[in-house]
Amino acid sequence: MLYREAGQLKTSYAADQMIFPILQDRIFVILVVVAAYLVPLIANEYWLQAVLIPFLILALAAIGLNILTGYAGQLSLGTGGFMAVGGYMTYKITTAFPDLNVLIAVLMAGLIAALVGLVFGIPSLRIKGFYLAVATLAAQFFILWLFNKVGWFVNYSPSGTITAPPRTLLGIMVTGPEATAPTRYLVVLTFVALFALVAKNLVRGRIGRSWMAIRDMDIAAEIIGIRPYQTKLLAFAISSFYCGVAGGLYVFCYLGSAETEAFNIFLSFNVLFMIIIGGLGSILGSFLGAAFITMVPIFLTNAPPLIGLSMPIDLQKHIEVMTFGGLIIFFLIVEPHGIARLWQIAKEKLRLWPFPY
Amino acid sequence: MEILYAFFIAPFVDMASDHIFFAEVVIVGLLTGVMYSLVALGFVLIFKASGVFNFAQGVMVLFAALTLVGLMEHGAPVWLALIVTVGVMIALAFAVEWIMLRRLVNQEEIVLFMSTIGLSFVLQGLGETVWGSNVKPLDIGIPDESFEVGGILLHEFDLFAAASGAVLVTVLAVFFHFTRIGRALRAVADDHQAALSVGIPLKTIWIIVWSVAGMVGLVAGIMWGAKSGVQFSLSLIALKALPVLILGGFTSVPGAIVGGLIIGVGEKIAEIYWGPLFGGAIENWFAYVLALVFLLFRPQGLFGERIIERV
Repeated sequence: MLYREAGQLKTSYAADQMIFPILQDRIFVILVVVAAYLVPLIANEYWLQAVLIPFLILALAAIGLNILTGYAGQLSLGTGGFMAVGGYMTYKITTAFPDLNVLIAVLMAGLIAALVGLVFGIPSLRIKGFYLAVATLAAQFFILWLFNKVGWFVNYSPSGTITAPPRTLLGIMVTGPEATAPTRYLVVLTFVALFALVAKNLVRGRIGRSWMAIRDMDIAAEIIGIRPYQTKLLAFAISSFYCGVAGGLYVFCYLGSAETEAFNIFLSFNVLFMIIIGGLGSILGSFLGAAFITMVPIFLTNAPPLIGLSMPIDLQKHIEVMTFGGLIIFFLIVEPHGIARLWQIAKEKLRLWPFPY
Repeated sequence: MEILYAFFIAPFVDMASDHIFFAEVVIVGLLTGVMYSLVALGFVLIFKASGVFNFAQGVMVLFAALTLVGLMEHGAPVWLALIVTVGVMIALAFAVEWIMLRRLVNQEEIVLFMSTIGLSFVLQGLGETVWGSNVKPLDIGIPDESFEVGGILLHEFDLFAAASGAVLVTVLAVFFHFTRIGRALRAVADDHQAALSVGIPLKTIWIIVWSVAGMVGLVAGIMWGAKSGVQFSLSLIALKALPVLILGGFTSVPGAIVGGLIIGVGEKIAEIYWGPLFGGAIENWFAYVLALVFLLFRPQGLFGERIIERV
């Protein structure tokens, strides 16, 4: 009864091409965004810092990877590397030009990450599938090695650590040790909301459709006039841009200071898990997957003490890893198309409710 | 000019001027390569028979070694521990087939791949929960005397590792070519549907293949474990096996061996002769970049089958 499109007639092209053609969807999305902006009023420091900020940042990275893997069909394991480019380049740019707005620094770092992505996307014309995945591992390891070895990237700091310097935006401290969690949360939220909107529009336009054509069958796509090379490279560039921005925010708004270890291969795997559990080829899925992957470990860490179980730290850690792996397998078995698919099924059911069909 | 000289000439001059050192570098590289090959072999077996890119192979190596060491720590003699570990790996194959693969038939490759990453978490957690996570020395009584041949220092253990690698490959080759099961395995690798239609039971084949991969993992685990102790980092050699696979081709057993040797030697030589130019530690990525460059020229790997696609 509540969720029905009956009577919502589309009388113009603009109405037909809306992102959310159903009124209830629009209301729901607006409510979610408003609620997200109001969260700092009620959430405490711990929730913002340990749960919501990493969730949003990783969701942004997941959108980036989803563009590449979910929409363009190019499997990549180099996400951590591209995020590292974003993080380190933001640091380099903002320390070289202290007066530059830090947000611009993040965006510029994203552009540099896009260039790096372009370079590592070049093999994608000749190789695909798992071969490409292994090739992108080269990006992962090479980039981290480079940042470890070349002192220029970390301004010759002997520890090799980059620390986010204090930067202000409209007179409010947004990075560095003095920035409060709510401010950082709002900055990240704004970034993520804007870029999610851009991504949503990208994937339902001409570019997104050519990506999907390449994903579904590249030879056929080529025959109907889509240039595979340009399309794939564009996917690599845009995906890396998203990952780069996410990486910049990761260092500046979440970690505060970082070493290359923060961007290791397991970060890449985590982001890949997010899009697979969330749903390949779905922007909403990126958010759902990011929520799942960031919340589950926190839940697993806190659950045993809550129900009165106490065990040694390392044993608990192992059981956590095991449960996490088990949950992933479980989810892949019950819903290989991701949580986004469950959401879709739920919506279909809602439309018909209370009738079975 | 000096840079060019340092890159293209000096390393070769170094190599030529000190034969014995160069030979030693090559031998160390070859032996590391054997280890990589052993891990890559497990990947190839499973990929051939079921099309699953088994990321958990590295953790299977760790898991097998952990089980072996754990049993020996509890006082089991080597032979008993070995038999029990083989049993555990076979049980694992059954469990994987029953719980995971059976329910994921016909899913996309990437879903299967991710499920094996999930499996690797489970196995790692399980192994460390049961046996603990500290580094364990593994000593199954392989002699490790060193001796010289023509001025080159050799370790008996390394020779033993190379020999057992060779034996393993020979046994596998014989198994694949001259037994009924082996023929069935090759048929499945060739064409799943055709194999099914002539009455080859896919599920049994999967269990067999995962068991064999588990045993190959056990051998790899013993070798690596005896060399550097059984610890978590063992599972990371799986990542090193990936460029080996690319180089050799995902579907080729000889490819895994040759690829492993090339990567092993290549990265040692690169580290020692070119490493200082880059500031060292290029071993971490050299293999991947080598594989990447290689792929640009030969996308199907050295011995892989050329994939022909039709619209």
